[in-house]
Amino acid sequence: MPSFLFYLFVAVMLGFGLNVVLSRNPVTSALSLAVCFVGLAALFISLDAYFIGVIQVLVYTGAVMVLFLFIIMLLDIRAETEKKTNLPAVVGGILLAVIMMLQVGSVLRAFDEGKVSTADKALSLQQGAQREDIVGIKTIREDLKAGTLPDAKLMGLTLFDRYGFHLQAMALLLTVGTVGVVVLSKRERQTPPAA
Amino acid sequence: MITLNHYLFASGALFALGLAGVVARRNILIIYMCLEMMLSAANLALVAFSRFRVTDGLPDYAAQSLVFFTITVAAAEVAVGLAIIVALFRSHQTVQVDAISKLNG
Repeated sequence: MPSFLFYLFVAVMLGFGLNVVLSRNPVTSALSLAVCFVGLAALFISLDAYFIGVIQVLVYTGAVMVLFLFIIMLLDIRAETEKKTNLPAVVGGILLAVIMMLQVGSVLRAFDEGKVSTADKALSLQQGAQREDIVGIKTIREDLKAGTLPDAKLMGLTLFDRYGFHLQAMALLLTVGTVGVVVLSKRERQTPPAA
Repeated sequence: MITLNHYLFASGALFALGLAGVVARRNILIIYMCLEMMLSAANLALVAFSRFRVTDGLPDYAAQSLVFFTITVAAAEVAVGLAIIVALFRSHQTVQVDAISKLNG
């Protein structure tokens, strides 16, 4: 990926992320976060993670942010009008972020393994087609031999081959989450029902 | 040339932004959005490590599976968290965290 695209998408991500934190109107924050996540999805795709990039757009910008907007409009939350900022909290937040960035910067400066570009770590699809768990699967093998990265197929292979149990645990988590939401949002009866 | 460190720095910057938002803001919905931002920042670091750990000529798909699970957990967490926020709004008629001080000793 050309470097100017990397910097463009990082700028989109961080710029709209900053707008989420600074904006006084929650609707502006939610829409900025949606754009921030689109920038993030573009970075995922730049890292050859096409499936994760698409999932990021579908789940985060598609479902989660719409849920946020729905709740903001359901509760009818207005923008904060009075100019009341909690000064110690704001100073603390900025201080924490600066300390965090100094820490990240100093760690990355010493992290020599990180000074490699994607060109140094080029993918070798022909070699991947020879992997023992792939060589028996026709669709993935043919795609790799044809020189395209079958990202979603390889994700599916990893998920169902190696992490099948975890996937089922995740399904249980989603079911419990759904039941929990129904229980939480059910209005309690004012009087107990006649037995 | 874009290196692994560039991606890790972008991830750290997004995380720091979310952290500052969680500490500085008083609107519980915006705090929640900033939490989502921090989760996504961790995902970016994971995907970057996945791409730069080439095994047998392919990216490491174990890390991307972890990202997939994180996104699923985040989606479930958002649903439950927003239901709690709606229940909180019903009982207190506010989304400002400084107005909710019942557990404040």
